[in-house]
Amino acid sequence: MLKEGQVRIPSGCAISGIIDTKGNRFSGQEIIKSIDLMHERSNGLGGGFAAYGIYPQYKDLYALHIFYDNSEIKMKTESFLAEHFDIENAGNIPTRPVPGVVNKPLMWRYFVHPRTYMAREEFIDEDEFTARYLIRINKEYKGAYVFSSGKNMGAFKGVGYPGDIGRFFMLETYDAYMWTAHGRFPTNTPGWWGGAHPFTMLNWSVVHNGEISSYDANRRFVEMFGYKCTLQTDTEVITYLFDLLVRKHGMPIEKAIKVIVAPFWDDIERENKEIKIELKAMRTVYSSALINGPFSIILGYEKGMIALNDRIKLRSLVAARKDSKIYVASEESAIKIICNNPDKVWSPKGGEPVIALLEEGAQQ
Amino acid sequence: MSLNFDFPDFEVVRNEKNCNKCKVCVLECSNKVHFYDENKKTLNVNNSKCVNCHRCVVLCPLKALTIKKYPLEFKENSNWTSRAIKEIYKQSQRGEVLLSSMGTSNKFPVYWDKMLLNASQVTNPSIDPLREPMETKVIIGRKPEKLEFNSKGKLVTEIPPQVELNIPIMFSAMSYGSISKNAHEALARASSELGICYNTGEGGLNKDFYKYGKNTIVQVASGRFGVHKEYLNAGAAIEIKIGQGAKPGIGGHLPGRKVGKDVSSTRMIPIGSDAISPSPHHDIYSIEDLRQLIFSLKEVTEYKKPIFVKIAAVHNAPSIASGIVRAGADAIVVDGFRGGTGAAPTRVRDNVGIPIEFALAAIDQRLREEGIRNHISLLVSGTIRNSADIVKATALGADAVCIGTAALIALGCHMCQSCTTGKCNWGIATQEPDLVKRLNPDMMYKKLVNLILAWNNEIQEMLGGMGINAIDSLRGNRLMLRGIDLNEKELEILGLKYAGQ
Repeated sequence: MLKEGQVRIPSGCAISGIIDTKGNRFSGQEIIKSIDLMHERSNGLGGGFAAYGIYPQYKDLYALHIFYDNSEIKMKTESFLAEHFDIENAGNIPTRPVPGVVNKPLMWRYFVHPRTYMAREEFIDEDEFTARYLIRINKEYKGAYVFSSGKNMGAFKGVGYPGDIGRFFMLETYDAYMWTAHGRFPTNTPGWWGGAHPFTMLNWSVVHNGEISSYDANRRFVEMFGYKCTLQTDTEVITYLFDLLVRKHGMPIEKAIKVIVAPFWDDIERENKEIKIELKAMRTVYSSALINGPFSIILGYEKGMIALNDRIKLRSLVAARKDSKIYVASEESAIKIICNNPDKVWSPKGGEPVIALLEEGAQQ
Repeated sequence: MSLNFDFPDFEVVRNEKNCNKCKVCVLECSNKVHFYDENKKTLNVNNSKCVNCHRCVVLCPLKALTIKKYPLEFKENSNWTSRAIKEIYKQSQRGEVLLSSMGTSNKFPVYWDKMLLNASQVTNPSIDPLREPMETKVIIGRKPEKLEFNSKGKLVTEIPPQVELNIPIMFSAMSYGSISKNAHEALARASSELGICYNTGEGGLNKDFYKYGKNTIVQVASGRFGVHKEYLNAGAAIEIKIGQGAKPGIGGHLPGRKVGKDVSSTRMIPIGSDAISPSPHHDIYSIEDLRQLIFSLKEVTEYKKPIFVKIAAVHNAPSIASGIVRAGADAIVVDGFRGGTGAAPTRVRDNVGIPIEFALAAIDQRLREEGIRNHISLLVSGTIRNSADIVKATALGADAVCIGTAALIALGCHMCQSCTTGKCNWGIATQEPDLVKRLNPDMMYKKLVNLILAWNNEIQEMLGGMGINAIDSLRGNRLMLRGIDLNEKELEILGLKYAGQ
């Protein structure tokens, strides 16, 4: 059977996300409880988490989480890493045995800094340098897969039910100001750990429920800008779209959202002149970045999270607020199980984002 | 020469029982196939003159007429077909280059028919266009690499001029001269009602039609007929015509008999003079010359009009297209070799160029590899026969399509492929006033509107079926296509997987 990257595998899913907008950190217990509740929305073939604020002691370094098929490829990849990065610290990612989580690959974690002179030589900044060389590992080093590469954040994922994956990675021992989670229901998968979600790149992480029908249009668009969609998954291309718009093209995040879930032409016509010109320009230039088909996603980055539905809300998404915490999930029950008395619960409209960012001055 | 070996192509059969000798057929046939013998009181036919345009058949009130292939068989021979033999009779009789009209009639593969579309099942829902918005609007023109916003989040990038099409279809370039004024009026009015565009071709723009300017593409071709400042500024965009799918590498020739007073003043040439468009533009001998023409036209229109460049689909179309993008054009129009024409040398029409499906797939892929696909719009033409062809063209990578033959068929063309004679009984490819008035623009423009709206509905249905609600998300989305009855090389060029993969 072919794995992700060799074949495109559609999947249904459960997603959940929690942020404390004041930047207070809390353990992974709540998010595990939330995603566990939606057990029926995944089928044991993939689960994962993204956690922000977990490595404050290394917050200026890129935290790389890498899966290896064997120690031979690990050695090869490490020499490539050492050539391009200063490795500050390295070790395997701690896990505990959990029934139902089997066939684990080698899992290593590195805290690195790009070789500054190399980035300078290529006239690119550190983010771009890191992204480029990590994409190269995923593309060229068969059997090695970088599944997390941000600063002060990390992704934890694998084959199994998401709750089991969370306990396997001992997420209750980490403290984060923001957690997102994903339970996967692929229609066909060989159960490759790298194929589980979230998908991440630098500080971006995406968990996603749905199957986007614009996939190939989006893929061929981002690939013009140097990305390589090695996994052929929706989350991968969504992440690259946000990275392209926000990091490479310098677009404000709220504008990028209007590109990804562009307003309908009829709605644009109803706006005032200035907004109309702007929205029209965005749809004109970035028509291939529109994401179509059913989806709900939670996009995480260092500033917080953005939950988003497709333009006509073909997937469920519920949001809630309690004090400084904002919750989003595929089902309301997944919020209520960890927050039984929220101040507000709402169901965002299609194309209407839930923007839950850290307050200014909040500790990251 | 005394002995002519030629024989008729068609036989007109009259059912004498039904015929009441009303003589409509005599009146309607500009080719003078039907004639009435006053002495014998009989209606007779001259089969040699019949082009099979169906005019008499359709208008016969008692449906007493049928037209058949002339029942004359040569001894069977797979190499020397009756067509091959007839062409030699014709050329040896008259010593002429053979001319043909409309697209090639030879049997070449139509790759549209070898592609199948996808639809949603279970893992994602299809979308019902009757209940949900379903967008088919497209914006044609040059796009900046990216948009920039200032520190307050306000857009600072200016967007170059664009053409908005409510439906991703335009009417192909067909000149006033090659088709009638009434046909042009129908195209112009339909475009204006639909929010799309028609194209003047190289025939200038009649004064009466300036009011449809925002739905008009004005063409600049090698003969420069009817080109002046006001004309260039009259349309929504300007198209530089380099080539045409039916006759790549060949110019055009409108015979003097079609140049009456009105055509003469629109084209700015003397009445009765032949209008000859040379094969190359005499100021374009390479890509850098094209750039100069593009920018001359931009200067004269103060950078308010997008400039399209139309080429025929030929072997190295991808690199030509790349050059056109870099030369500063706003859109490329590629016309495939099955495309139509008023007149082309038969040998050129049937042997030069490549199918539009391959040209489109190869150009789109090449421009993406160079990272410049998003800079321009890509339009295609040359046998777009129905809405499914449009959906497939979009999935291969086209922004929109142009239709010529299909539009003429809606106006009544019966594909007799005899446009060169200038005696079009349907009032389309003719300048004879009595024939032109047979095409009533008030009535016929509605047929065009009906056709395009029907196609748009079908496009929306197919988009919805794929779980897509904006045509933007189909453009270049080749995963929505699968090949059938194609070999590996064909799949590779089209960038498709095989059905079942």
